[in-house]
Amino acid sequence: MTQSIPALAAPVYSDRVVRNFALASVLWGVVGMLVGVVIAAQLTWPELNFGISWFSYGRLRPLHTNAVIFAFGGCALFASSYYVVQRTCQVSLFAEKLAMFTFWGWQAVIVAAAISLPMGYTQGKEYAELEWPIDILITIVWVAYAVVFFGTIGIRKVRHIYVANWFFGAYILAIALLHIVNSAAIPAGFMKSYSAYAGVQDAMVQWWYGHNAVGFLLTAGFLGMMYYFIPKQAERPVYSYRLSIVHFWALIFTYMWAGPHHLHYTALPDWAQSVGMVFSLVLLAPSWGGMINGVMTLSGAWHKLRDDPILKFLIVALSFYGMATFEGPMMSVKTVNALSHYTDWTIGHVHAGALGWVGLISMGTLYYLVPRMFGQTRMYSVRAIELHFWIATVGIVLYIAAMWIAGVMQGLMWRAVNPDGTLVYSFVESVKATFPFYVVRLVGGLLYLSGMLIMSWNVVKTALNGRMVSAPIPSAVMA
Amino acid sequence: MESLYLLLPLSVLLVLALIGVFGWAVNAGQFDDLEREGWRVLEEDRGNTAGAACAPFDPDQA
Repeated sequence: MTQSIPALAAPVYSDRVVRNFALASVLWGVVGMLVGVVIAAQLTWPELNFGISWFSYGRLRPLHTNAVIFAFGGCALFASSYYVVQRTCQVSLFAEKLAMFTFWGWQAVIVAAAISLPMGYTQGKEYAELEWPIDILITIVWVAYAVVFFGTIGIRKVRHIYVANWFFGAYILAIALLHIVNSAAIPAGFMKSYSAYAGVQDAMVQWWYGHNAVGFLLTAGFLGMMYYFIPKQAERPVYSYRLSIVHFWALIFTYMWAGPHHLHYTALPDWAQSVGMVFSLVLLAPSWGGMINGVMTLSGAWHKLRDDPILKFLIVALSFYGMATFEGPMMSVKTVNALSHYTDWTIGHVHAGALGWVGLISMGTLYYLVPRMFGQTRMYSVRAIELHFWIATVGIVLYIAAMWIAGVMQGLMWRAVNPDGTLVYSFVESVKATFPFYVVRLVGGLLYLSGMLIMSWNVVKTALNGRMVSAPIPSAVMA
Repeated sequence: MESLYLLLPLSVLLVLALIGVFGWAVNAGQFDDLEREGWRVLEEDRGNTAGAACAPFDPDQA
């Protein structure tokens, strides 16, 4: 702890828990991306399953998705929401010990996932695979998180609630609702359960959850991050504060309806599919509102992009966000989806959003946060940040392009019919044709992982060269 | 289909609650001076405690 004036004993922000989550995010980022590289390699060369059950693709895939979304992304969201809510409310965390409990509780969830998923325990629901005891732990941690976050807002010294906090608050409440509804299950043993829903109803609940996990955790939460850290790093206010509020309400209302676009041409009733398609198209507007708002924050300061690699991360993240939120609505159109569904185009789309938006915005934010957690103004090596940025970006482009080509190719091959009505290609022929694109995707993923490893080195050096500091809170100013 | 008898009223209640939150925000003056709020996170909020030491690098932390 630093106290420059002993007599004053100034109150400090609760930054220990922020630091913990920030470091954990970097660690889990490496782990999650490494598992990603492993499964990419296994898809390319299935021999790499080695006949070992706990190393098999089917079990490692959910480990990858859970690790990158909830461990890497989740810890980054915890760190930034706790950091931002304190500073924008000019108060330290409500129930600080409870906040620390959320840290250890969340790490316990992650470890439980890392053990149970390779062992084959799964509820079979995408991004909700963890079995019921872990689901209960998640609920407890999440309730504590909500108490800390909303409690802090409740004791705020600034009357205005900064827009980022609205996004964080919406993500916290939405995830609570989504998790409880989708994870409802009847236990049938210690790590075995049956979903409370069945058939197409279960599918709908699952994809209401799945798409809103994307919309509220991966979008709203990280937009909250964006709305604080871009202005701070660019030293410019949000381009249009008014727009940020308008698109917030539009976004959270529209996202809830988009889930059915995962179920086009399935047993789901047509009217539900159409609702999902229409609202997904509408969603383009509020999403781009956020993108434009964030990017235009640099209006009058574009030159900063030249020399500031952290700004590069943050702004390019928004570009990928814009791309993915255009691609998504396009893929939600039924006729487009008839080609893209079940192909690698979906994977390409996911990773444009995941690597491009979620990954880069988290990295930019962590590069801002980590030095400040250790009493510094900048990372140990700014050049390493720049290197990371370029390697990551090239990796993303390779990944996405490979998956686009593979996906459209697969869709076209699967639907090619001879004049007599028989299929031109057998399925295995499309698998064979996909091989080179899996190689390119693996290269892209390896580059992205390498960037993360460079980041880890930089973070370790920064931490070793600094001293854990909790920053003092400025005198409260009533809004 | 029967689940709709529960889901529709629940959804309506949820939307009403959200409108309520929005209404509270408007009445509580949350949207009164939006320009200023955008700038607030950047403010050089040095605080006026006597003898606040060396120049901080980040107004939110000093």
